[in-house]
Amino acid sequence: MKRYDLIIVGAGPSGLSAAIEAAKRGLNVIVFDENEKPGGQLFKQIHKFFGSKEHRAKVRGFVIGRQLLEEAAEAGVTVKLNATVIGLYQDKEVVVKQGTGIKHYKADSVIIATGAAENMVLFPGWTLPGVIGAGAAQTMMNLHGILPGKKILMLGSGNVGLVVSFQLMQCGCEVVALVDAAPRVGGYGVHASKVARCGVPFYLSHTIVEAEGEECVKGVTIAEVDDKFRFIPGTEKHFEVDTICMAVGLSPMSQLLKMAGAEMTDDPRRGGQVPVCDRYGRTSIPGVFAAGDVSGIEEASSAMIEGRMAGVIAAQYLGYIDKEDLDKDLAELDKALDGLRQGMFAPANRGKLIEKTEEGIDISSNLLKKGYVADDEIDRFPGVTHKKGIHPVIECTQNIPCNPCQDACPKKCISIGDNITSLPIAVYEGDCIGCGMCVASCSGQAIFLVDEDCGDGSATITIPYEFLPLPKEGTKGVALGRNGHVVCEAEVVSVRSATAFDKTHLLTMRVPKEYAMTARFFKEAEREVSR
Amino acid sequence: MNSVNDRSRDIGEYVPAEDDDMLICRCEEITKGEIRRAVHDGMWTMTEIRRYLRAGMGLCQGQTCSRLVKGIVARELGVSPAEIEPATSRVPMRPIEMRIFAKEGDADEE
Repeated sequence: MKRYDLIIVGAGPSGLSAAIEAAKRGLNVIVFDENEKPGGQLFKQIHKFFGSKEHRAKVRGFVIGRQLLEEAAEAGVTVKLNATVIGLYQDKEVVVKQGTGIKHYKADSVIIATGAAENMVLFPGWTLPGVIGAGAAQTMMNLHGILPGKKILMLGSGNVGLVVSFQLMQCGCEVVALVDAAPRVGGYGVHASKVARCGVPFYLSHTIVEAEGEECVKGVTIAEVDDKFRFIPGTEKHFEVDTICMAVGLSPMSQLLKMAGAEMTDDPRRGGQVPVCDRYGRTSIPGVFAAGDVSGIEEASSAMIEGRMAGVIAAQYLGYIDKEDLDKDLAELDKALDGLRQGMFAPANRGKLIEKTEEGIDISSNLLKKGYVADDEIDRFPGVTHKKGIHPVIECTQNIPCNPCQDACPKKCISIGDNITSLPIAVYEGDCIGCGMCVASCSGQAIFLVDEDCGDGSATITIPYEFLPLPKEGTKGVALGRNGHVVCEAEVVSVRSATAFDKTHLLTMRVPKEYAMTARFFKEAEREVSR
Repeated sequence: MNSVNDRSRDIGEYVPAEDDDMLICRCEEITKGEIRRAVHDGMWTMTEIRRYLRAGMGLCQGQTCSRLVKGIVARELGVSPAEIEPATSRVPMRPIEMRIFAKEGDADEE
């Protein structure tokens, strides 16, 4: 039986991060993953991540996955793929299915980083082919290059539902509606806004009545629900779709820990059955640790920090570092994790209705109900200013831990300050030169460059654009408002691409100047959808 | 044993519902009605439901349906899903062919 200092189950963001930290401190580490590719969900994440530099903000998820794999290889970590851990026995014996047989391994410490599985909801027709999880849709699109469907209804307005809706549109699918039984959008407002401005209608306080079809999904009926989630008769709406995507939460895959005899608890706030563990992932079994979604559903950035914590803890548990080093490392990681767990969407605020920003500004109620900030609400946010000549308009209206924009501007026009959740403000220490670095740096695609009056009755608006093929200069079309409705005619002035923009292209369109503060998306004339 | 499992508690009669024929455990083809009826037959924990109906014992090992089954049982008992005693976790954690399960190899060839 092969022995290791540390066996890690799961090569996702937390498992790999744990492996890197432990191996760097001298531990002999092996990571098992049942998938054929490492990285967990990271390689499906094509959007830019939030946070600050230390959280790898504005880097796309799949790139973070690559970075982790490189770091793991450098640190000497062995990653075994297609290796399914089928049991965790007494004395940290790990049984792994590899190829056509099973193998036994033993370790002095074990980190369980098995992540989570997608939830489903019940409605007549939920077992029809065409009803899929949002994660499955991402796997099809981003790993295998397969279109999940053509016309899609998304159920769930959390970040997964919002991000996947956007990716579906990037793939060329039509998202006919975004539906959630909750009365308010669950995910980041900026993610919702970029979906809404493409023309996707949001139906909050709605859920699926039934999916129709004999062999596969042909259509879906939704209806409004009351505050006890009962259907309100007469509110039914029907959509012709071939796919229904469900993004209704995740459940920790904690069975290995339960099998090993770790004390478990059923905690709805953490997503279901989770191990009883401290902040650093120490379970009730000495030497067995949990990291990432398996100990409570969060997101990839915090999973990576939790993984690093578990890696460091394991190193100290086995005596590779002393208590003093541990405390030093943990203090730093604590700070990084606390940095992420702040703001309106912090775990502590889950389920709470937050009506004002930290600055005391009323949160856009439209954003929470329809997915976009209404035109008459936008001016109250500090990033939205008016100025002669070209200048940034920062439509960031919720306190989330994210700050790449303040470092992006070479002229120091944007400031967030030391508090990472503060709303960005336009300060104009220097003059805006229209370089667009801020537009490309915003993971939420919430920054626009606007010249409100070009002197000839027109205005130019530069928007972040991530759809292919890119429209050419001179292309005529329409400008869509924040709500995705056509506001006016528009013409593409330029489309800029640069390595520094990291595949966020900057599309500049010309519109009549009275639409400078309402036009926020461009649609080519022939692709225009009549509403 | 927690109070949820107090079998002397009266949970009322099984009342047929319109959506009783909806499939819940698709691997073993168990319907919502079967699960509801099982609760009234005295199956109050996930382990009992699994043994009685085989719900969650198929190819996906309850990965998809265990949360749904739990919700149905909880509703029938009038308690929160978190209070339902979960199923036992045991080897193999993932479906595995018997010929592979029986083939013990050495972990030496790295």
